[in-house]
Amino acid sequence: MGLLDSIQRLRETLGKTREGIVGKVARLVSTRRTIDEETLEELEGILLGADVGMDTTSRVIDAIRIRVKEEGLADASELLPMLKDEIGLQFAGNGAAEPSDPFALPAARPWVIMVVGINGVGKTTSIGKLAHQYVRAGNKVMIAAADTFRAAANEQIGVWAERAGAALIQQKHGADPAAVAYDAVQAAASRGADVMIIDTAGRLHTKVNLMEELRKIKRVIQKQDPAAPHEVLLAIDASTGQNGMQQARQFGASVGVTGLILTKLDGTAKGGIVLAISRELNIPVKFIGVGERIDDLQAFNRKAFVEALFAP
Amino acid sequence: MFDELSRKLEGVLKKLRGQGKITEVNVAETLREVRRVLLDADVNFKVAKQFIEDVRKKALGQEVLQSITPGQLIVRVIHEELIALLGTSSAAIAQAATPPTVILVAGLQGSGKTTFCAKLARHLKEQGRYPLLAAADIYRPAAVDQLMTLGAEVALPVYHAAGVSPVDIAVGAVEHARKNARDVVIIDTAGRLHIDEEMMKEVGAIKAAVAPDEILFVVDAMTGQDAVNTARAFNERLNFDGAVLTKMDGDARGGAAISLRAAVGKPIKFISTGEKLDALEKFHPDRLASRILGMGDVVTLVEKAQQQFDKEKAVKLEAKLRRSQFTLEDFLEQLQEVKKMGPLSQVLGMLPGMNRLPAGANVDDSALVRIEAIIRSMTHEERRTPAIINGSRRKRIAAGSGTSVQDVNRLMKQYDQMQKMMKTLGKGGARALRGMGLPAGM
Repeated sequence: MGLLDSIQRLRETLGKTREGIVGKVARLVSTRRTIDEETLEELEGILLGADVGMDTTSRVIDAIRIRVKEEGLADASELLPMLKDEIGLQFAGNGAAEPSDPFALPAARPWVIMVVGINGVGKTTSIGKLAHQYVRAGNKVMIAAADTFRAAANEQIGVWAERAGAALIQQKHGADPAAVAYDAVQAAASRGADVMIIDTAGRLHTKVNLMEELRKIKRVIQKQDPAAPHEVLLAIDASTGQNGMQQARQFGASVGVTGLILTKLDGTAKGGIVLAISRELNIPVKFIGVGERIDDLQAFNRKAFVEALFAP
Repeated sequence: MFDELSRKLEGVLKKLRGQGKITEVNVAETLREVRRVLLDADVNFKVAKQFIEDVRKKALGQEVLQSITPGQLIVRVIHEELIALLGTSSAAIAQAATPPTVILVAGLQGSGKTTFCAKLARHLKEQGRYPLLAAADIYRPAAVDQLMTLGAEVALPVYHAAGVSPVDIAVGAVEHARKNARDVVIIDTAGRLHIDEEMMKEVGAIKAAVAPDEILFVVDAMTGQDAVNTARAFNERLNFDGAVLTKMDGDARGGAAISLRAAVGKPIKFISTGEKLDALEKFHPDRLASRILGMGDVVTLVEKAQQQFDKEKAVKLEAKLRRSQFTLEDFLEQLQEVKKMGPLSQVLGMLPGMNRLPAGANVDDSALVRIEAIIRSMTHEERRTPAIINGSRRKRIAAGSGTSVQDVNRLMKQYDQMQKMMKTLGKGGARALRGMGLPAGM
């Protein structure tokens, strides 16, 4: 087997299923009458192809295998509802009712939200959209530009703050991000803001000193208000693979992530890794980003997400 | 996570020890583990499946040398195939016959295009070129500001224009370069989703307008299964020349590179490894293959050791070890065996658990040279009975080897530690040492 042969073969394999996972389950159901091992194997492929990952995929498939046996299910048409059930059970909270509306603000004022994540996942854009939603609901919203590292980060968040109608607290490029956050929370309290959203610089979860910096930001916020930040949102790009788990683990360990924003779901990536994160680390998915416009942020809906895993 | 996988795989390998031929049965478990490793590394599941199938076919029925297990042989076959699939390590950028050379950089949002453009510009500048950066991302707020800031950091001009289309900016930049004697133009385009028809048309139009000499597709190392779709869509539109793998300073294993190669067959030209503007590296297929497998290349190490380490010497050494008479002469002999295996950093990289040496913790091969010089400056008596090496001998040895007394002291200390270890290791330890061909405590 020469190298070219092998590449060629791989390419053909991929080409055959070019359509992606478009209506795959539907096809599976229509072409197969019974739920056999081969059907389960194809299901496994769909989940793996959506970045759900080996562990969570195996759990789902094993559960289905057991149910098929115990409940004597044989008809492939019973597969889809069962699959949705089982996937729902993997989410944080064991598939209890849909989570409450993440846009609804609890009583504490100012409600401090810190947004974290690796570089390029769409933190700043998500903050712009989030601010827009809160402003539209009649809240006084402020944004802190605590990404003092990236070139032109201040300008970028500035544009979003203006679009959303939120006040911006910033210092010059290279300033101490913790100082920005401290001042911002203070300003939010004194100006009577309802929501304070803190943008942080993108950082790889493997950079010890940068993760320490994030911890410090949280610490100084707590000096202003021991209950803050009330929410720490981790932004995860929908195209992220298995590394998403490490991201959630490390950010969780350093600042205690309370929820996920799954960004860039308007592409072809399914963001299946959040299912694994939700299950293993018990972190709920709260928001999804579905486009570049300011109102392209939605509350995460478990049912819709599961549908999308198998939909075109 | 790597260590965990390594352990698992090694556990499987252990079970296979002592079986003579590769059969369906004895490799099934290994291949299952390897599939898992590939999937955890984000290699597209279809690519992984096909790949494993090919390896299975290739390996079945192969005679297994006495010294290694079928599992080890399989892993080596996989490693070789991965390297072959990942292609060459050429970072050559096409050059225009008449300057300026035009380089177009494209990719999804957040993949790291703008940072990469600045890094590439800096890299080319160091090679004596005169790059011009062009800011053709008019959509993302402050994208132009970002490129201008980065351009200033590397002291290179940035072409930008307000109120015109990205196509016009690209054309204008090339024109500007021609007039101002810049011999390379790097066009930073907006991030775009591969299914956004309008935006994909736009990047196609930029290509048509400036006829780039080189088109680079930027992809995030953390990308999962979707890498296949995006690479293919961008390739269909742009027929790009090569790919850039970014954010490789994280702990993502970068299996997306395999998917990309399988999907479009284009070479990976650069690896981007940090936010500093000099963090740009040439692509090394062997390193990435090891990273994707997430395990040190145990087999290569074992094989190299077996090739190089003379059996007879090993038996003698073992006998000596049993009597705990490991002299500096033996130490010197072993050092030379290790040296035959290749640069120390490479040898260590082959050991499981050593594949995640922190950046900058490179093992210094010159340390070996120094140790050798020190031992060679000793008399035969000193080498055989190191206990007699007193202060004045140390001074003489240091002077003779061009090192310092501290260096000699350090070596003597290491030797002492080794001696102690040998004693506690006993027979099993001596055997293990022969297998590795490495002086313990190094």
